[in-house]
Amino acid sequence: MSFNFNRRDLIKLGGAAALAHSAPRLSFAQSKSRVIRAVMHTSLRVTDPLVVPAWTTRNHGYNIYDTLFSMDSKLNYKPQMVEAFDVSSDGLTYTFHLRSGLKFHDGAPVTSDDVIASLKRWGVRDPMGISLMAATGELVAVDQRTFRLILKRPFGHVLAALGKPSSAVPFIMPARIAATPPSQQITEYVGSGPFRFVTGEFKPGIKAVYERNPDYVPRPEAPDGLAGGKVVKVDRYEWITISDFQTSLNALVNNEIDYFENPTHEMIPNADKLGVKLFDYNPAGFSGFCRPNWLSPIIAKQEIRQAILHAMNQQDWLDAQVGDPKYYRVSSAMFVPDMPYATEAGWNTKTDVAAAKALLAKGGYKGEPITLLQVSDAPIISPLVDVAAQALRQIGMNVKLASMDWLSVLARRAKQESGEHGGWDLTFATQAAVDIFNPIINGHLMAVGKSGPYGWADDKTLMDLRQSFIDETDSAKQKAIAETIQKRAYEIVTHIPTGMFKQPSMHRPNLSGFIPALVPVFWNVEKA
Amino acid sequence: MAYFLLRRLMSVIPVLVVVSIIVFLALRLGPGDPAAILAGDSATPDMIAAMRAHLGLDQSLPQQFIHWVIQIAHGDLGRSITSNQPVTMLVASRLEPTLALASATIIFSILIATPLGVLAAWRRGTWVDNLASGGAVIGFALPAFVTGYLLVYVFALKLQWLPVQGFIPLSEGFWPFIRHLILPTLTLSTIYIALITRVTRASMLEILGEDFVRTARAKGLPERVVLFRHALGNSAIPILSVIGIGIALLLGGVVVTESVFSLPGLGRLTVEAVVARDYPVVQGIIILFSGVYVLINLAVDVSYAIFDPRISY
Repeated sequence: MSFNFNRRDLIKLGGAAALAHSAPRLSFAQSKSRVIRAVMHTSLRVTDPLVVPAWTTRNHGYNIYDTLFSMDSKLNYKPQMVEAFDVSSDGLTYTFHLRSGLKFHDGAPVTSDDVIASLKRWGVRDPMGISLMAATGELVAVDQRTFRLILKRPFGHVLAALGKPSSAVPFIMPARIAATPPSQQITEYVGSGPFRFVTGEFKPGIKAVYERNPDYVPRPEAPDGLAGGKVVKVDRYEWITISDFQTSLNALVNNEIDYFENPTHEMIPNADKLGVKLFDYNPAGFSGFCRPNWLSPIIAKQEIRQAILHAMNQQDWLDAQVGDPKYYRVSSAMFVPDMPYATEAGWNTKTDVAAAKALLAKGGYKGEPITLLQVSDAPIISPLVDVAAQALRQIGMNVKLASMDWLSVLARRAKQESGEHGGWDLTFATQAAVDIFNPIINGHLMAVGKSGPYGWADDKTLMDLRQSFIDETDSAKQKAIAETIQKRAYEIVTHIPTGMFKQPSMHRPNLSGFIPALVPVFWNVEKA
Repeated sequence: MAYFLLRRLMSVIPVLVVVSIIVFLALRLGPGDPAAILAGDSATPDMIAAMRAHLGLDQSLPQQFIHWVIQIAHGDLGRSITSNQPVTMLVASRLEPTLALASATIIFSILIATPLGVLAAWRRGTWVDNLASGGAVIGFALPAFVTGYLLVYVFALKLQWLPVQGFIPLSEGFWPFIRHLILPTLTLSTIYIALITRVTRASMLEILGEDFVRTARAKGLPERVVLFRHALGNSAIPILSVIGIGIALLLGGVVVTESVFSLPGLGRLTVEAVVARDYPVVQGIIILFSGVYVLINLAVDVSYAIFDPRISY
């Protein structure tokens, strides 16, 4: 027998070999309907939900961990890992019973010790956790599935703390992992949540992969916000990093990805034409803000801060930032419109040039330069800075813009000096409603001066009001205190909200079952 | 030759020392603080200071430098500040896309540009030459992001022949691997085709005027042999130099193409690390790149001797 190959035969043979080599890929493609490929707003790098407050790390946490309580769509805190709980008549002792059948991804049962260790780690890191732990006398295990929280003084937000929806979320992890100091990153990613993290496929900045947790026992209730049954309807869920907005949109249109979390507002009107769907996972929305540096000698004067407040017009900010009124809302509510502590008290959101100029004069402003940190690589923030700069020039302030990338802004705003001395005077950013909707978690109100978060507002009255809110157990009184807090915050100008906006995501039309849960979650999502 | 190789290999050491000092200082003295970045929005000065101490950034610069040098001497490039993963692992995970794209680009560019340059020189002043020269100007002038998006629009979105983005490792199939490389390679090749075509043409024009070429033609050798064996062989030195520089540039200079096509390569890793002030990653990559550049230069020098028998080491 002899083999004679001519050139064409060799080419055919090469083609056949290539096809044979790609066979595993083809079989993988057949199960494509059980895989969701999502491009999130940024790539996952830090995987410890307590080490950084980044949303992407929080969202990663929701995939693999579970929580004791969760917030539903009506903003109520519903048991999640907890089966039942009771509160003593004096409101100081809470006894929690865990659901049966809760298991970590390594097969170990979830016990009270795991819960206590997780809460203790969270309680030294998160503002709400710190408040809860400060009010806590004892946190003890009663048995494998029962633990008790004994308060030493009234704390009206126990369930709100345990069901806190955003960073840092009190996720439950095994006690041995929760023993890691909170300033150090954990190195094992074992949760009891609906997805398992595939560590072998994790490539920081490229891809994070989650598999359905077959041992997860969802609650029987229908999913509702972050609460209810977390039923996973796909086998695998991949976060793909595409850093370019246009490439992400192209990939979605070309059916290479299924979900694109943050298209720009210019892309949104084209969704129908491109054959993709919009979904607003966060109906409460997002908000921008302007934060003054209280340690800058000029900004330290209350009259100057008030002049800045009166120079601003929220509508102008939103027009520049979002454009389409369908996706924004003018509101002075620091605790988010339509949320439990919403109030419009304290500021009418409109510019008052005359009042602003009068306040500048009263504050003794003599044309000293003030530095605004301009963000060159965040199109959702940079218009806020431009609009503010123009508004301040209009009242006669000498404005300088220091332009830099977002991460340089983060580093620079940690400096306590004024703009003239290498620091800053005003900075801008955006935040989600879930991060600001009550006076405890709203970081702008931590007015403790130099030892506090950037901005370094310093006001004992505000801190006393915040403490009275923490201690208050009556919801009507809490709301009244929240309104007083907001008025005081506007009076001393801790920050200036630039208005609420929505950020719909885009997905392929064959995906359904998305839950508006304030954070993007993928349980209940089906792919046809 | 062995002495030459040894001497050149030893020259890597001072290069790495100088590069490491410059990189270390440039990163530390530039604006930005990874501790403040990691600590997040509600971080207090104490929390930022604790993070700085945890990352070892509270030590003096000489202490940090010595610590890093000792690490490198043990073959350890350290761990990423953000992801806490070993730098070597991060680099390894990004190597394949960059190597694949760089190799495909160089091979494709050489295959297209060398004959084109030879042809342009051989038919100097004709439409072939004008076309090659005009094409080269366009190749130089078109930024990678314009070429990239145009190719994506035509071949991915309109014709739907090729994917918009992404990279499939060779281990997951030959055809998917190639499919994902075609558009990035075409995008990146335009400038290298232009460069190599121009250099080949210029070099060939000079050689084609030499006496030995006239002699070869007078001997009756076929024009193909005259052009590709005698003339091109003697034009090789500048062409090889450009190709060598091209390979070196490609390894670190593919950032735009990697971004447009979302290729998870070393270029993007470098940019991401610089932006995040991930000092160990930036330092590790630049040290590696420095070593690779020295080796590429060495390879180019050695190849001179292969193409030109007059050169010996």
